[in-house]
Amino acid sequence: MGLETKAGDMGVVTTSLETVANWGRTNAMWPLLFGLACCAIEMMGAQGANYDLSRFGMEINRASPRQADLIIVAGRVSRKMAPVIRRLYDQMSEPKWVIAMGDCASCGGVFNNYAIVQGVDEVIPVDVYVAGCPPRPEALIDGIVQLHAKVERMKLDGTLRDRAPIHV
Amino acid sequence: MDNTTISTRLTEQFGARIQRFDSHRGGDVVAYISAADLIEVATFLRDDEMSFSFLENLCGVDYLGRTPRFEVVYHLLSMKNRVRVCLKVGLDATNPTVPTLTGMWQTANYQEREAYDMFGITFTDHPGLDRILMPEDWVGFPQRKDTPLGYEEVAFTFNQAQIDAHKPFAKE
Amino acid sequence: MTIIDHSLSVPSPRSITEPALAGKTETMVLNMGPHHPSTHGVLRLVVELDGETVVNVAPDMGYLHTGIEKSMESKTYQQALVMTDRTDYLAPLSNNLSYVLAVESLLQCEIPERAQTARVLLVELQRISSHLVWLGTHALDLAAMSVFLYGFREREQILDIFEMVSGARMMTSYFRVGGLAYDLPEGFLPAVKALTDVMPSRIDEYESLLTNNIIWKQRTMGIGAIDSAAALQYGMTGPGLRATGVAWDLRKAMPYSGYENYTFSIPTATNGDIYDRYLVRMAEMRESVKIVEQAYTRLKAMGPGPWQTSDRKIAPPPKIEITESMESLIHHFKLWTEGFKPPRGDAMVAIESPRGELATYIVSDGSPKPYRVHMRAPSFINLQALPHMAKGQLMADLVALIASLDPVLGEVDR
Repeated sequence: MGLETKAGDMGVVTTSLETVANWGRTNAMWPLLFGLACCAIEMMGAQGANYDLSRFGMEINRASPRQADLIIVAGRVSRKMAPVIRRLYDQMSEPKWVIAMGDCASCGGVFNNYAIVQGVDEVIPVDVYVAGCPPRPEALIDGIVQLHAKVERMKLDGTLRDRAPIHV
Repeated sequence: MDNTTISTRLTEQFGARIQRFDSHRGGDVVAYISAADLIEVATFLRDDEMSFSFLENLCGVDYLGRTPRFEVVYHLLSMKNRVRVCLKVGLDATNPTVPTLTGMWQTANYQEREAYDMFGITFTDHPGLDRILMPEDWVGFPQRKDTPLGYEEVAFTFNQAQIDAHKPFAKE
Repeated sequence: MTIIDHSLSVPSPRSITEPALAGKTETMVLNMGPHHPSTHGVLRLVVELDGETVVNVAPDMGYLHTGIEKSMESKTYQQALVMTDRTDYLAPLSNNLSYVLAVESLLQCEIPERAQTARVLLVELQRISSHLVWLGTHALDLAAMSVFLYGFREREQILDIFEMVSGARMMTSYFRVGGLAYDLPEGFLPAVKALTDVMPSRIDEYESLLTNNIIWKQRTMGIGAIDSAAALQYGMTGPGLRATGVAWDLRKAMPYSGYENYTFSIPTATNGDIYDRYLVRMAEMRESVKIVEQAYTRLKAMGPGPWQTSDRKIAPPPKIEITESMESLIHHFKLWTEGFKPPRGDAMVAIESPRGELATYIVSDGSPKPYRVHMRAPSFINLQALPHMAKGQLMADLVALIASLDPVLGEVDR
């Protein structure tokens, strides 16, 4: 008990390197500007003033994958678009996370046919699945909060990512 | 101007070259013509006082099991008289070809490309008949009735593991 | 013998290649890829540039192709309705209306007045919300970010009304064949009144930010002009056509759903450039508010009544009747296991969606599933005018041009 007060008086906070790194990563996770279809409109609504995403540091969508941490796949992925998504994902630098927003990105959604990839997890590994058609902005924010909780559990050693996905 | 005027004028001008008349359930006149007569009939409808100056819609339909198998449906709109007419051209299954309407209306360009992409109907003299919706290297014509829908089996608890074993999940 | 005038021709991406001009400056072919902040969706443009000036541009689409038309052939008419929401995802109620009117034309059934009035009210609200997204994204592309945030504030109010009525904010599927899905709830009319009271002043607010703004005018006036003859050649409809001076609006010219009973005007402009398209859409929002007010007065005067057709072979009976009447039980059973079977034939109905003329062509072969559904999507057709408008403009103007055309890629690719 004496140690904490002594440290507090000197303005020192003790923590672990992992916690600080993860805290930095969650507080301003920049999403890649990647809206495909209807879910993109709800994502834009989530970034609007009513359901503010900038309280998570996400008000800025980076257009370049090199500068983004998070890719929110919002909308249906067609077979023509799938190689483009894979390329964008490969261009992002580590650490990177993926939220599959909506039913079409999670599992193909309403469209079970020749043109739509049945779930974007056939193309890129997904961290959080957010269900809904389209999910309400509150559901997307719940997905983001769950992703932050997952990132805070991340380890700094070789096993960088805990890829067990979360279903919201 | 009403629908009987349209069919009367068409019969006066073309006689037996109009194979038959029909109507949409909403009342619009439908005229069945052959591919060779298409440009002439469309030009007549556009330049006549009926003034069907706007090409509203162009699409293909596949009637599998019927001769002629394919059909290209054209909807012309008269903005002056507020009325619509439909032209249908029947095409056979082996080599469905019809002259292009891009010479008369540039709006036919993308719509004919779509009919080619989805059904395999070729339009002669089209300035660039490429695939428009499917990837360039796609084989086949998706909206034909003999092309399957390509759906994935619905997953229940008893076959979930089996489906997941076949699905190409991305691992990093 | 047809003589094709290729001067107006819409290029396909394969036709744009780098020319080998010896000793002269070459043009550069640039890819504005499917992933781009300003293409309003996954649209790929192959742009041929001479320095900063656009020489030619070819749109390449299909990155959102969903096979909706083919999927609808394997679903009953009621189930296929759900897919129409997802084509033009900024105005799902318009798509619902177009499809539902086409099926009702096949069936030739009567729609009660309460349903017609509610349809007009909701479709006009949908037009306002779609134009708000257009305004927000257009302004965002030209770096006026506050308009985006203000527009979405009103849009949330409209989406709250949709949620109250149908349970879903966007993909409502509220219009059903025969009328509406459920009756209008109690808080509906006061919520609509609250919106129409406040909306005109909000539109004034947006106009005060943009209409006389020097930067906005410099970026939009005189750019991307198209004349009415070329616009009609390309099949343009909607605000793009009205901005060139042609006063063609299907709500006035070939009215549907009772539009002939409402008083409103068709805004037009003369030059057909980006600024005129902006002015036309802003004026359209005001006209839509007027129509909503008129529909509100009618609904209030009408009182409660039937919201779907009385033909039980098309629209399901209310649940309470199933416990009392044998025929209702049988109708309910047939409708849910098999679906209604329209007679053989085809139907074509066109409506005025926020983007232009949206038509649905349905072929029925007498079975409970449609044989062929084709949607004449206005964004797909309007996009053909883009190369014509973009020739000779700067690269930055191309961004403003796409925004002013207001394409929705779900509708373009279906």
